[in-house]
Amino acid sequence: MSEKLVSLEGIAKRYPAPGGATTTIFENLWLTMNRGEFTCLIGHSGCGKTTVLNILAGLDAPSEGAVIVDNQEITGPSLDRAVIFQSHALLPWRTVMGNVAYAVSSKWRKWPSAQVREHAQKFIDLVGLTGSEHKRPSELSGGMKQRVGIARALSIEPKMMLMDEPFSALDALTRGTLQDEVRRICLTTGQTTFMISHDVDEGIYLADRIVLMTNGPGAVVAEIVENPLPKDRARIDLHRHPLYYPLRNHIIDFLVTRSRTFVGVTPDYDPRKVVVIRPRGEPVAVAAPIANAS
Amino acid sequence: MSSSLTLRASLVSILIFLGFILAWHLATRGSGAVQQMDPEYAKLMGLTATQGKSAMPGPLDVGAKLWEHLRRPFYDNGPNDKGLGIQLGFSIARVGLGYLLAVIVAIPIGFLIGMSPLFSRALDPFIQVLKPISPLAWMPLALYTIKDSGLSAIFVIFICSLWPMLINTAFGVASVRKEWINVARTLEVGTLRRAFTVILPAAAPTIVTGMRISIGIAWLVIVAAEMLVGGTGIGYFVWNEWNNLSITNVIIAILVIGLVGMVLDQLLARVSRLVTFPE
Repeated sequence: MSEKLVSLEGIAKRYPAPGGATTTIFENLWLTMNRGEFTCLIGHSGCGKTTVLNILAGLDAPSEGAVIVDNQEITGPSLDRAVIFQSHALLPWRTVMGNVAYAVSSKWRKWPSAQVREHAQKFIDLVGLTGSEHKRPSELSGGMKQRVGIARALSIEPKMMLMDEPFSALDALTRGTLQDEVRRICLTTGQTTFMISHDVDEGIYLADRIVLMTNGPGAVVAEIVENPLPKDRARIDLHRHPLYYPLRNHIIDFLVTRSRTFVGVTPDYDPRKVVVIRPRGEPVAVAAPIANAS
Repeated sequence: MSSSLTLRASLVSILIFLGFILAWHLATRGSGAVQQMDPEYAKLMGLTATQGKSAMPGPLDVGAKLWEHLRRPFYDNGPNDKGLGIQLGFSIARVGLGYLLAVIVAIPIGFLIGMSPLFSRALDPFIQVLKPISPLAWMPLALYTIKDSGLSAIFVIFICSLWPMLINTAFGVASVRKEWINVARTLEVGTLRRAFTVILPAAAPTIVTGMRISIGIAWLVIVAAEMLVGGTGIGYFVWNEWNNLSITNVIIAILVIGLVGMVLDQLLARVSRLVTFPE
């Protein structure tokens, strides 16, 4: 479980700004993710979290630094890393089956079409879309579209799944059920997942580790919060767990104030040794920071 | 409600048509100003002078003549007297050939321009200069180099159909949603497969719109082109009948040109419905 799968090594993203200067979205960002782990990156808009995800996906290149996945530096997008897009990004001229089968046949190019369909069907069933195989995306609700997106990502059996605010475009009820589905699938398949979000409860429910990012420009990973809630947590009684509020308060405090002030009040911040915190119910600040070996 | 709207609209259409025919008929009934003249001299004069018949044919004359054409659409009595069907066939064949050539050239080049910012910039000045040239301005150059009037007409159709398709293809390809391209990229889909499985279906509605504009322009231009090159075709027919002073045939030709243009447009509209996807 604790085998390292991904490491971001000192990545930076800079854009040219008017007047010949450059704007640094973030720099010197270090982060590791273990196999089978669900990591959630939380931060305000503009801190560069989508950029981090795009760099991980290989859709965007970092201005500095490197991303190592499975002991190899990535050079571009890969079938090893499936992306679930915020806007689902289904191909509207293909059916549900067509969209999933497109991914499957991209991964296994030599497979006969019957095998492709059989494999795709397995994942359509997994996300609960059995019976809707021949519908086009325009005939599906937002939640169903995102389910297709999840089926498409899972169907290529990637080493890791990258989710770009996958539930933000959905209504609250659909979001809840879909989060349950994702949690179930991730637990049963042991899928390594990286999700970006700005929804605290979503992070608490789904993630094993929550990475907190300060505000951009010049954003840094302030700390990593380990989720102290039990693995078999259920959304329905999540808020009754004694550690739920300490955890939630810690994250919200961060987002409300510390995300702005962190860089200023932490002069000895070392981007390679980000503090890992595990809220324990007592005053959170007392919790002993554990250095993260990178 | 919608069916009754269709019904009412058709009713109004028919009323407008009947009103137009009636007005046309009344306007061309004949003036009645008949000059007295020597019978021998009268034989040399037309019915307009001797019987006061209108110089403009009425709807009944046109209808009778149209019926004659429809009964024998494919007769061939030599170079200056061919059936309407034959003339239309020549025109449609020229448009079809020139248009097909334009499709073969415009769509790949449009893809190239749409996919490559380099070619987009590099070819832009040429397109900007060539696009506004009236296709008929190419005619002398085509006649001089190709030395064949029929092929020159096809070339003129080719050159006028090219631009809308080229520009629409380039635009459609360049504006394919980034997220669809990203899907293909994360699935490691190669350039060629990406072009056919993502870009082509995504850009198809825009491409077909360009094709629809092109076929309309091609049909406009063929009439003018055939008036210049002569020999065969519906454009030549119009000019020939003008020289024959057969206004009836000119009117019939106008009607038929309109109808064929409509059919061509509807064909492309059908193709457009096939490739359109709801989002």
